[in-house]
Amino acid sequence: MAERFTKSMARNIYLGGSVFFILLFLALTVDTVRELPKRDNREALTESVANGKMLWEENNCIGCHSLLGEGAYFAPELGNVFNRRGGEEAFKYFFKAWMQAQPTGAPGRRQMPQFNFTDEELSDLAEFLEYTSKIKTNNWPPNIEG
Amino acid sequence: MKYQSQAVAKPYFIFALMLFTGQILFGVVLGLQYVVGDFLFPEIPFNVARMVHTNLLIVWLLFGFMGAAYFLIPEESETELYSPKLAIALFWIFAVAGTLTILGYLLVPYATLAKMTGNSLLPTMGREFLEQPTITKIGIVIVALGFLFNIGMTILKGRKTVINIVMITGLLGLAVFFLFSFYNPENLALDKFFWWFVVHLWVEGVWELIMGAMLAFVLIKVTGVDREVIEKWLYVIIAMALITGILGTGHHFFWIGPPEYWLWIGSIFSAMEPIPFFMMTVFAFNMVNRRRKEHPNRAATLWALGCAVMAFLGAGVWGFLHTLAPVNYYTHGTQITAAHGHMAFYGAYVMIVLTMISYAMPILRGKGEANSNSAQVVEMWGFWLMTISMVFITLFLTAAGVLQVWIQRIPESGAALDFMTTQDKVALFYWLREVAGVFFLIGLVAYLSSFFIKGEKAAA
Repeated sequence: MAERFTKSMARNIYLGGSVFFILLFLALTVDTVRELPKRDNREALTESVANGKMLWEENNCIGCHSLLGEGAYFAPELGNVFNRRGGEEAFKYFFKAWMQAQPTGAPGRRQMPQFNFTDEELSDLAEFLEYTSKIKTNNWPPNIEG
Repeated sequence: MKYQSQAVAKPYFIFALMLFTGQILFGVVLGLQYVVGDFLFPEIPFNVARMVHTNLLIVWLLFGFMGAAYFLIPEESETELYSPKLAIALFWIFAVAGTLTILGYLLVPYATLAKMTGNSLLPTMGREFLEQPTITKIGIVIVALGFLFNIGMTILKGRKTVINIVMITGLLGLAVFFLFSFYNPENLALDKFFWWFVVHLWVEGVWELIMGAMLAFVLIKVTGVDREVIEKWLYVIIAMALITGILGTGHHFFWIGPPEYWLWIGSIFSAMEPIPFFMMTVFAFNMVNRRRKEHPNRAATLWALGCAVMAFLGAGVWGFLHTLAPVNYYTHGTQITAAHGHMAFYGAYVMIVLTMISYAMPILRGKGEANSNSAQVVEMWGFWLMTISMVFITLFLTAAGVLQVWIQRIPESGAALDFMTTQDKVALFYWLREVAGVFFLIGLVAYLSSFFIKGEKAAA
C-alpha cells in the first residue's frame, strides 16, 4: 500500500467503521424487535406451543431436520410440514400416526428414532409446528415440499 | 521459545488435534449415514453423530485459539504470561468438561441428558451448535473469563501491539456474543434472530479478528517483513471484516420472521463479505513475496498461504454464491449451505489454527525453528491431501445442492419432488463426497504422523 496511507489512517477506518456499523446494527435490531409482533404469530403462543418447543429442543430434532431452513439437512423441512401434511383438518392425526410408526426399520433407509411421547406431548409438538408454519417468512419456502 | 510460559500452549494444541481427529471420524460416519441411512442406528443416530461432529469442531477451534493466544501474547507483549498455573488449570477444566459433554451425547439419549443437567431451569439446549447442556455453557463462560483475565493482565503489563490488541478484542467479542446463547425465548422468531448473534457474529465477525491477528503474527515471523506494513494490512482487513460482516448478519434474517428490509441489507452487505478474505489472500502472498529471510519452517508458510486462499474460496466465493436473497430463496437449507459450511470452516478456522500449530509446535517441542525436512515433507502431504479432499467434498456437495434446488425447490408445488425422493436422486454425489471424506481422513493421518518423524535438522 502507498506510503501516504498510514497505519493510523487504517486504524481510524477500523475503529470508525466498526463503531458506526455496530450502532446501525443495534438500531436495526431495535426496529426488528418492534416489528416482529406483526410477523411472528406470537398471539398463537400458548402453553402447549411453548411446551412443544421445549420438546423439540430436548429431543434435538434440529440435529436431523431443518426448521425455517435452519438445522441439519438429513431429514425434511418442518417449518411448513403443517401445510404439507393435512393442515387444519388432518395434520394432528397424521402427525400422531407418523410419530408412533417410527422407526420404519426399512433396511438401508434413514431412520427416525421412537421417542415414546405421550398423547399430550404429541399434541403439543403438533401445535408448535402449526404455530411455526404461520410465522411470516417472506413466502419461504418456494413450494410445499420445503 | 522466547518466554518460558509460552509452553502452556502445547497441551492446548495437542488436545485440539485429538478432538480434530474425533471430529473427522464422526464426519466419515455421517457421510456414510447419508447413503446407508440405518448405519449405526439406533446406537448412534444421525443427530447425535452430527452434534458430536460440529461440537468437537467448535471446541477444538476454541482450544486452538486459546493455545494460539497463550503462544503469541507473551511474545507480542514481550513478557511472561500473567499466570501459567491458571492457564493449565483452565486447560484441565475445559478438557474434562468438554469430554464429559461429548460422552453425554454418546452415552445417554439427548432428552435424558437434558433432564440430568436440569435444562428446564434455564433451557438453552437443542439449538443447532448450541446443544451443550446449560451447565457446560456456564463452564465455557467461566473458562473464557479466566482466560481473558490471564491474557488481559499479560498485555497490560507488557508491550501493546496491534496484533495482541486485535487478538484480545476478537476473543473478548467471542466471549460477549456467546452470552446470547443463554437467551432462549419461547417465541421461535426471537430465538432464531438472537441465535445468529452467537453464530454469525462469531464466524463472520469477531473470529475474523482472531484469524487476522494469528495470520499477521505468523507472517511477521516467517517473512521478516516490517511490522508496520503487516499491522497496517491487519487494520484494513479487520475494518473490512466488520464493516461488511456486522450488517451482513442480515443474510440470515431473510426467511425466519424479521422484516423485509433485511432482504436488501443482508444481500448488499454480505455480498461484500468476500472483500476482507480476498485482502487476506493478497496480503499473505504479498508478504511472502517480499520476505526478508528464508524461514526454515516451509510447512508453516504453506499453511498460511493455503489458509488465505481456502478462506477466500470457502467463506468468500462459496458464501457469495448463495447469499443474494433471490438466490438464497431457493438454496436456503439445501446441500449448498453444507458445501459452503465445510469449505469455509476448513479454509478459515481449521487452517489458521493448523498454521499456528505448524509454526509453534517445533518451537514448543524444542526442535528449534522448524521440524526436520522429512517431517515437513509428510506434514505438507497432509496439507495437500486434506485441502484437496476438502475441495472435492465441497464440489460434490455443491453438485448435490444444485440438483436438489433444481428438482425440489424450483418447480411449483405438485411438480416438485419431495425431500426424501430428492435425496435418493442425488445419492451418487453423497457417495463421492464420502470417498473424498475418507481421503481427508488419510490426509489427517499423514499430518498427525509428521509429528513423530525425526530426521536431519531443517536448513533455511
